[in-house]
Amino acid sequence: MTIDIFMQQVINGISLGSLYALVAIGYTMVYGILRLINFAHGDLLMVAAYAAIYAVTLLSLPWQLSFPLVMVLTGLFGVLLDRVAYKPLRDAPRISLLISAIGASFLLENLAIVIIGGVPKGFPRPDVFAKVIDLWGLRIQVLTIYTPVLTLALLLGLLYIVHRTKVGKAMRAASKDFETTRLMGINLDRIIAVTFFLGSSLAAAGGIMWAMKYPQVNPFMGVIPGLKAFIAAVLGGIGNIVGAVVGGFVLGLGEILIVALFPQMAQYRDAFAFTVLILVLLFRPTGIMGEPITDKT
Amino acid sequence: MARRRWLAFVAGLCGVALALTGPVSAQETIKIGAYLPMTGAVAAYGQMEWDGIQIANEMKPTVLGKKIELVLVDTKSDKIEAANAVSRLVEKEKVVGIIGEAISGNSMAGNPISEAAKIVSVSPTATNPLVTQGKQYAFRACFIDPFQGEVAARFAVNELKAKTAAVIIDIAQDYCVGLANFFVKEFVKLGGKVVSTTYIQTGDQDFSAQLSSVQAAKPDIIYAPNYYTEDALMAKQARDLGINVPILTGDGAQAEELIKIGGKAVEGMYFTGHFHKEGATTDLAKEYIKRFEAKKGKEADAFGALGADAYFLLVEAIEKAGSTEGPKVREAMVAIKNFPGVSGLITMQDNGNPIKSMVINKVKDGKFVYVTTVNP
Repeated sequence: MTIDIFMQQVINGISLGSLYALVAIGYTMVYGILRLINFAHGDLLMVAAYAAIYAVTLLSLPWQLSFPLVMVLTGLFGVLLDRVAYKPLRDAPRISLLISAIGASFLLENLAIVIIGGVPKGFPRPDVFAKVIDLWGLRIQVLTIYTPVLTLALLLGLLYIVHRTKVGKAMRAASKDFETTRLMGINLDRIIAVTFFLGSSLAAAGGIMWAMKYPQVNPFMGVIPGLKAFIAAVLGGIGNIVGAVVGGFVLGLGEILIVALFPQMAQYRDAFAFTVLILVLLFRPTGIMGEPITDKT
Repeated sequence: MARRRWLAFVAGLCGVALALTGPVSAQETIKIGAYLPMTGAVAAYGQMEWDGIQIANEMKPTVLGKKIELVLVDTKSDKIEAANAVSRLVEKEKVVGIIGEAISGNSMAGNPISEAAKIVSVSPTATNPLVTQGKQYAFRACFIDPFQGEVAARFAVNELKAKTAAVIIDIAQDYCVGLANFFVKEFVKLGGKVVSTTYIQTGDQDFSAQLSSVQAAKPDIIYAPNYYTEDALMAKQARDLGINVPILTGDGAQAEELIKIGGKAVEGMYFTGHFHKEGATTDLAKEYIKRFEAKKGKEADAFGALGADAYFLLVEAIEKAGSTEGPKVREAMVAIKNFPGVSGLITMQDNGNPIKSMVINKVKDGKFVYVTTVNP
């Protein structure tokens, strides 16, 4: 492999990794605060992609308006999902919540099939993002530059909210101890609603960027991004927002390089991700940036 | 009052029981089952074929003086679901013939079950040789992959003047692996050289790693005989990476979704296919196209045409057999010679594969256009 092909592959890896990272941020945030693995996160991504298609094609809204609108709507949809699927189980054992999350995921996928049908749709990608820059023979899609920038911007925004605002303080408190937080007079339901709103809008951002890169939207499109983002989150240290971004990039680069260096291994690409998951859980369950596990009561 | 209501309930129950046991309409209809991917990765094939089957049923609604009743089961584009679907059609629905599946892998999962039950199945579009190999009751309405791969290789060498080719194979699909092998064999025989072989998997969305290595090999053409979703996404990413050589693929490309998803990137893509309305010759085809377009409000496509042919072949065999018994239908099926189907003249062979012609199509201005017909 020549150096420019290698550089091209690194760019391919960053491009894919930043998408994983974007989806993983929302995943890990909801986990960090609620200790809930929201398996429906990937399906929110699918809901957002369809919403964006309809906003742009049916309502003919410009994409500059549609995309933020879809993020807000998906955020509200996430809050609704919490009300219906998770809130009634707030005091139930954690396993019930997990089962409810898997149920919510299946429900969303199958609802989408019933309402929209199983045939994939193309995504109306705005021309601005479709452009390709030729940089000394390296082909860089404009989207490949926007996605990491957007990921980092959203990361900084989220870090600001979590560490510098009052709501963020309450979120962090809730993540340490639900009961005590409630006793301190904090409206826990409101904090959880805000968490779901943020997490789901991040899923929407991920969904839109994903659909722009791979313009094929179908009811199951959220499954693989959801799984990969989950692995990225675990790899980075689940619950740790910066870790999710690092995990996403590591996973994306790893997948691309494995295909680039060992073309015969292409079909084991997903297996690579799951192997990473198993190894992390075996040898470093707290991930790259996770805090050590402490016993808390 | 309460007593009267109770009596009415019992009377009603008796009525239902009578209706269930009496000489019901099941005697007057003949059930034909279809198992097709209506959702999932290759849903577009199933939906197009189902459209074609429905039109064919409208054109020929009866056989042996009885009404034909169609029973559809969705396979969700999945091998296990496909096997379950055939079991259900055979055991629960008691069908006398089966149409399906649309793709080779799923047909290979379903066929052993209809084979064991001695029920004739006709796949509209499963092109892998193994689908019918060693089977008595498995048939298809389409040509098989060796022919398709060979024609593609000849077309690449003679028409596209290609000396080198990159092959991209969807390793998860028997169809793609088969087609790629037959292409490579013929291409090399004709003096061509394969400079890059890379693998993808159904459901993958990112092919940038594979395509970057294809680019490094600088081929004259890309042969990527995969299904439409992967074809479209791959073409898009190839063009984004600056790979502008012609892309050649198989009949799996011929779904509207290829153009909807691929947009400008699939312009100029060539593929081997079963049918193009401009190449249609038989009377049945002309009437089918007319009805299809009036009813469905879109152009008649290849998968619909093959779905219709699977139906017509099955009904023809039942009629010629004068019976719905599996072995007799089978005998009548292999005796079909020069049947004027929607996709041209079909002669069925004893091995379950028909002899028929092929067309080569191209994507131009967002449409599938007819290039030429190749006879076997």
